[in-house]
Amino acid sequence: MSVPRTIRGRVAVVGVGETAYYRHGQAPEPEVKLALQAILAACADAGLDPRQIDGFASYSNDRNDPSRLAAALGLPELRFSNMQWGGGGGGGSAAVGNAAAAIAAGYADCVVVFRALAQGQFQRFGAASPAATVSGEQALTFPYGLISPAQRFAMRVMRFLHDHGIEPEAQRAIALASYHHAQSNPRAVMRGRPLTPEAYDAARWIVEPFRLFDCCLENDGAAALVLVSAERARDLRRRPAYLLGVAQGSEYRNGARGHNAPTYASASFTTVAPHLYAMAGVGPKDVHVVQSYENFTGGVLMSLVEHDFFAPEDANEFLTLDNLIAPGGRLPLNTSGGNLAECYMHGLELQIEAVRQLRGESTSQVPAARVAMVISGPMVTPVSSMLLGTKDVL
Amino acid sequence: MSATAHLPPGLPRPVPEPDGLDVPYWEGTRRGELHVQRCRACRGWQWGPEWICHRCLAFDLEWPAIEPRGRIYSWERAWHPVHPALRGHGPYVVVLVELTHAGGVRMLGNLLGDPRHDVVIGAPVEAVFEPHDEAAPPFTLVHWRRTA
Repeated sequence: MSVPRTIRGRVAVVGVGETAYYRHGQAPEPEVKLALQAILAACADAGLDPRQIDGFASYSNDRNDPSRLAAALGLPELRFSNMQWGGGGGGGSAAVGNAAAAIAAGYADCVVVFRALAQGQFQRFGAASPAATVSGEQALTFPYGLISPAQRFAMRVMRFLHDHGIEPEAQRAIALASYHHAQSNPRAVMRGRPLTPEAYDAARWIVEPFRLFDCCLENDGAAALVLVSAERARDLRRRPAYLLGVAQGSEYRNGARGHNAPTYASASFTTVAPHLYAMAGVGPKDVHVVQSYENFTGGVLMSLVEHDFFAPEDANEFLTLDNLIAPGGRLPLNTSGGNLAECYMHGLELQIEAVRQLRGESTSQVPAARVAMVISGPMVTPVSSMLLGTKDVL
Repeated sequence: MSATAHLPPGLPRPVPEPDGLDVPYWEGTRRGELHVQRCRACRGWQWGPEWICHRCLAFDLEWPAIEPRGRIYSWERAWHPVHPALRGHGPYVVVLVELTHAGGVRMLGNLLGDPRHDVVIGAPVEAVFEPHDEAAPPFTLVHWRRTA
């Protein structure tokens, strides 16, 4: 008998939790303690004894390894430990997919996906490393002052904007939407600091085509989600957010060195997104709310195109503030404030927000949201994205 | 440091990879030549470097010198100094150049000239070699400038 090879409807997120979010370098606790606090918060939300955890999944070389966490938490046994390859936020949805796959395959029963960052205690992403010499990819870029993530990705976005005649207002709308939603979110680092179009336009260039507010924050904190099987989820206290589909990867030779990816002006989702929709059994018109990782607004723009929400030629018309905000926009986007204005929790705050939307608990709630998308880490490789749904769509 | 360096001194210096993969590229730049990979088996071009040809999977790549000209494929103008050596400098322009006569491989470098001038995608450029003879080990960067 052939078993369908899908995660659809088989695993659910049953608990979410985070620490307080801090400005970069301001966390009062060590990073590993933040990770433990977020994991306990997610378990409390789920109504689960933390001793039921038997697996961990993370991404981007999180420093807090599962064996230490399992020992610290006194777990009876550790059955699954998983790290998604790749830097940046590209692994955020893949980590959820990996955890879900472990549950569906029977490797583990209760898997936590987590991410913790206290960069004041370590190296910042946006600052150059102090190395005196570089080799490989970096030897082709660093000596020319092409060093930071913003500089790495501006080159891709510039070509995309050129190819499709996209105006600066399109990127601006993405930044404004995140700041708009952050104003009603008590967790948001940028709550109380609204962004106007005039302030966006007046902000300094970081690297053209990115101004200051096109770029994500860097923050300290930790976030976690608890996953169990769909059967077990039905007996828990929170409304389950079921996985409809997850996909990860990147297109042909995306990783070719020295900016030689054949599909260059891309967020890396051109092959990933069709797999996601095929598994989930829904299309872009069925998606009620989207959380799309903002490293830089241009990356969000390309991510939305590649997930087929609009054609690139329609970006100027589609990407307006009114279209992107809850409750009534055509495509409410980054409804917690996301990486730009809630917290740069390396994107895992986006997974949590998607779950809150499906529970009806967002601070910028989309009415009757039943299908939520999360897009993780544009322009890196591998990237990943996922769809969650309420039980009504199973 | 070269007296004519485009960016201030103190940025990270390039060195070949420990496994030797890109040594022919860096040695070529020292002679004022631009070398990329070409497969002896299928004649396909390849850049960045790899040990295997991505088209035919032969481990048989040569390193011909190519004409150091191309067209601007994309660009960016950097303002925020992300490295201590760049503080008080800037803006500066980085270009991605497509070399259509070598299979469309792309090369990075700074665009010489006034960094505040408009940059035009598709504009023709030629390579300008910038030797750093006093560095240990010495190296040469490859920049680009507009041609008619």
